[in-house]
Formats: sequence, structure tokens, C-alpha cells
Amino acid sequence: MISDRIFRYFLYCSAIIVVLLLVSIFITLLNDSMLSIRHFGIGFVTSKEWDPVKNDLGSFPFLIGTLLTSFLALAITMPFSLGIAIFLGEFYREGFVSTFLKTVIELLAGVPSVIYGFWGLFILVPIIREFQVKFHVTPYGVGIFTSSVILAIMIIPYSASIIREVITLVPNDIKEAAYSLGATQYEVIRYIVIPNSLSGIFAGFLLSLGRALGETMAVTMVIGNSNFIPTSIFSPANTMASVIANEFTEATTDLYLSSLIQIALILFIVTMIINMIGKFVIRKLGYSDKSKKKMK
Amino acid sequence: MIIKTFQKSGILFSLFFLLMLSCGQQTQETKKEGVIQKPKTDASQISLMGAGATFPHPLYSKMFDEYHNQFKVKINYQAIGSGGGIKQLIEKTVDFGGTDAPMKEEDIKKAGAEIVHIPICMGAVVLTYNLEGNPELKLSPEVIADIFLGKIKKWDDKKIKELNPSVKLPSKEIVVVHRSDGSGTTYIFSDYLAKISEEWKSKVGAGTSLKWPCGLGAKGNPGVAGLIKQTPNSIGYVELIYALSNNMTYAIVKNKAGKDIKPTMESVTKSANITIPEDTKVSLTNTEAEEGYPISGLTWLIVYKEQKYGNRDKAVATEMTKMFLWMIKDGQKYCEPLHYAPLSEETAKKAEKIITSLTYNGEKILP
Repeated sequence: MISDRIFRYFLYCSAIIVVLLLVSIFITLLNDSMLSIRHFGIGFVTSKEWDPVKNDLGSFPFLIGTLLTSFLALAITMPFSLGIAIFLGEFYREGFVSTFLKTVIELLAGVPSVIYGFWGLFILVPIIREFQVKFHVTPYGVGIFTSSVILAIMIIPYSASIIREVITLVPNDIKEAAYSLGATQYEVIRYIVIPNSLSGIFAGFLLSLGRALGETMAVTMVIGNSNFIPTSIFSPANTMASVIANEFTEATTDLYLSSLIQIALILFIVTMIINMIGKFVIRKLGYSDKSKKKMK
Repeated sequence: MIIKTFQKSGILFSLFFLLMLSCGQQTQETKKEGVIQKPKTDASQISLMGAGATFPHPLYSKMFDEYHNQFKVKINYQAIGSGGGIKQLIEKTVDFGGTDAPMKEEDIKKAGAEIVHIPICMGAVVLTYNLEGNPELKLSPEVIADIFLGKIKKWDDKKIKELNPSVKLPSKEIVVVHRSDGSGTTYIFSDYLAKISEEWKSKVGAGTSLKWPCGLGAKGNPGVAGLIKQTPNSIGYVELIYALSNNMTYAIVKNKAGKDIKPTMESVTKSANITIPEDTKVSLTNTEAEEGYPISGLTWLIVYKEQKYGNRDKAVATEMTKMFLWMIKDGQKYCEPLHYAPLSEETAKKAEKIITSLTYNGEKILP
């Protein structure tokens, strides 16, 4: 059948295009950052200086900023997204409450990041400033902590919906078996549902971490954009994505532009490494699940 | 049924590819549009492409719109930033560029041909702050530099008090706010600071993005203004037009002649009351002008002096030159309603000289 063949080619093409895209992005980044790589060498990653006027550039503060905000955001989001997922996956699987909550979460995921940024700047920043006044920290309001909170809110929908999917996949017969042995609902969740969906939960967190790493607009607006290594979680800092967005348009010298592209390359590699570690951990967790089942 | 869907997807797929192909062609065409023109004599068929500085964008859109209404020439200006404007002019993908800082020698070398700067209007950078009671502050160059260097840490510092004896200043830490994105505003401000403070010059220097010694960064004029509005005891800098159209409080600054000058459109224009060089590539910060506001600057359009390059048509070059002349003459009346400072008389004269010096194939375009 001709249509059959066309369809198959279409599928092949789509698959190849994705790979090609990724590879070509990588090559472009590598090619355009060659100038900076040659000029600064490996010192670019470890240098704390970022002085565009003197062309003395290094990405270490941004690397730290990106990792700190993303992992802090993940830590904040973990209990909430797990809670939402269990609520939707175990307590209210169907009905009005469930549909309503699911719609709300979907809407949260659809809100443009610049809106989160504005909300953060005008609502969250003053609240955090009040806090800082009470704790006698310099009351900037903006900084690592503020952007982590914004990021946490932004990534909740991603982790929550994936984890909910995984939780609903846990076979009913195991749960019923546990109930028949007299387990309470908490015990079922604690000892049956969560261990059985551990790799899925981790995958949900990983996906949301990926989003947090690359988030630009919302972070730029509330992080304070100071190109120094942060001294506390309340101090202003900068992330890799944010410095690129900020300085790209007016980067006039070739070396400066190339350095910004190299930051993009580093961000690309960092995301890749974290993903690979994540995949590895997920596989480990997956195996341990199976081996446990075998033992049972 | 299933076969039908397969057929459909096949058609969809081929459509998708056609679309991609046509997209590719389109971008190529638009790229060439500005530079390669078929011989045209009717002005209504001519369209000009420009790109560059964001600061004068509102004024340019107004001017180009009016010009289109009067002379039927279409002008498309993309506010992508001075750096982008310079780059696109070098690559000859636009007819003219716009920039807030004069082009560097190495960039002109890259272009391989002479590029001239045509001043269009003037802008200024003002210091805006958030203090209880919105007092009007007077600041001296030394104090401004020390605040942005992080050396004056509190509002009730002796140096600020001396300048403002009647203002009650709080004993609170100063929160410095600066631009986080590269911008011409930062360039003008840091150019000023580098002129008045040796320490700033050696430690930080002048540029569109800097290594700030202290403070918070915010994106764009709205970002800086927003952060200052909600952070008590903060100070930062924005463009004068932005401060005027948003009714913000801004400081009076002591100029080189020792006079306290309030930034207004008038005092900004007056800052150019100095000898302007023939190529107008001059920084207007900290000028000798007695009544001039010291943190001012020009914004330029940049073009190739010899307009015959590529397949460029003479009609296009002529129309563009006419438009430039209109912008520095009749077009100047659109400056003030939009809070831009018009060119000073001398600057306008120099600009006219530059415009009339543009050539096509070695001959002057305008008599």
C-alpha cells in the first residue's frame, strides 16, 4: 500500500528530525563558542570574573546560580507535587473535585513564565522582603530564594501530573491485598503505592528539574541579576539562562558573544548530564522494583 | 477508514514540507529586500529597512509613520538593540542601522567601507530613587560615583547630607539598582561615571554591560523602575523619557561647570552647546556646557557613505537620503511630544553636512 509506506516514511522522518535538531543545536553551539573556548580554555568554567568591559569572562557564578535555584526549587516542590499526586491518584480519582483540580493544574502549566515573573516581582518579593526585615538580612526581596519559590510553583504541574499518572498505574490487586491484610490507607500509600511507583516519581521530578534549569524570564525578573557567587540563599545571583537573555542583544564584541554562546553550551551539557544521571537512577530504581517483586 | 487517514497524513506531510520550503525562500527574500532593489522610480514602491537601538524606537516609529503618510516611502525599523543594528549594517542586510554609542573602529574595519553617523535626537539618563516623602535630592558627580561603587553605604552619609541640608535622610542602607540587560542607557551612564571618577574608570569602565561593584540588576527601564518603586531606600538610573512619562522622582545633578541642573528636555539639548566635531561622534556626558545636564547622549543612524554597493538602486539611496534630511529638519518637531530632546542647532547643521556628503557611485546624492 502506498499510503502505508508514506506513513511509515513520515514516522521515520519525524524521528530523524528530532535527533538532527538536537545534534545540529549542539554543533552550532560548539562552533560558535569555539572563539571563547580557544581564548579562555577550561578556565571559563571555573573563573569567577564576569567583566564584559575588559573581556574577562567566566561562567562559574552563573553555573552555581543555575544549580542552586533549580535544586532548591525541586526541594520545595517535592512534598507539594507528591501530595497533589497522591490526592488525585488515590483519594479523589474521579468526580468534580478531581476534574476541577486537574484543570487548575493544567492551567498553572499554561501560564506564560513572564506572568509568573511579574507576579513574583509585585507580590512575592514584598512578602519575602518583610521576612528578611524580620530576620535582619539585607532586605532586597529578590534573590535565590525568591526565584526558587517561583520556579517551584512553575514546575509543580509537571511533576504532579506525571506522578499522578504513575500512581494510578499501581495494580489494584496489590493494594486490595494490602487492605485485606488490614492496612490503613496511609500504610497502603506508604508501603505499596510509593515504592511501586518510585522510578516514575523520580522521572517526574527529573522532568521538572529540566524545566527549572532552563527557565529564563521569570527567574531574570526576581533573581537580582548580580554576577557574583551567592553568599546565602537570600543573596541576589544570576543564572546561565538569565545572563544570556539579558546580555545577548547588546553583546558587541565577538569574544563576548562567543562567551555567551559558550554559556549556552555549558547549560546544554549540564542539562544533559543531569538527565543522564537521572535516567541511570530511574533504571536502578526500576530494577530494584522488579527484584523486590521477584523476591515476593 | 485507516487507509484514508494514512493518505491524509501523507498529504499533510507533503504540505508540511512545502511550507518549510516556502518559509526558507521567504526569509531569503526578506533578507535581500532592503539591499537589492529592482530599478524603481516611484517612491511609493520603495521600502527601506533599518534596525538597531531600542531607546529612540518610539520616536522613529512616529517619524517613519509621518514620513510614510507624506512621501509614501515605507520604512521598517526593528528595535533589536544597538549591537544588532551594527551587525546587520556590516552584513548589509539593512539599509541603515541605529546606535546609542558611536561604532568602534574595529567594527568599522569589519564593514570594509566608510560608515557615517547621523545624529537624530538626544536623550539623557536620570537618577531615580525611593525615599520616604519623595524629597528632591541634589547629587554631585563624586557622590553618584561613590554610591554606585558601593563606597557610600547609607543614605545619611555625610557627603549626601552636605549637598541636601534641608532633606531628612534615613539611616538606612542604600539599595543600588542597575540594568541587567545590555543597553545604551548603561553605556551613557557608565561613560559619565568613567569621566568623573578615576576609580570607576580603572575598576569598572564604560560599556553596555558592566561588572557592577554592587547592587541588584533588573531588566529594562520598566524593570529598574518597578524594583525601585517597591524597594524602600533604593536608587537607580533610567532614561529621562521613561521617568517623565511615568512621573518618577529624579535627582538634580551638579554639572562640570558646578551648576545644579534639573534634567529637562531643554537642559539636555543645552548639553550639546560645545564644539561638535565634524563626524558628530562625540560623547555628551560631563560636557563643558554651562546650562547642560551632564548625563546626556546622542543617538545616531548609521549608513555607508558610498551608497552604491551590491545591486543597490540609486532611487533607494536618494529616497533614504531625503528621509534623513527630513528627520533632522521637519521631523524634529515630533521629538518633544514624545519627551525626546531635539538636536541643538549646531549639531543639526553638522548632521546636514554629513547627509549631503553621502554619495552614489562617487557623486553626491543631494545637490
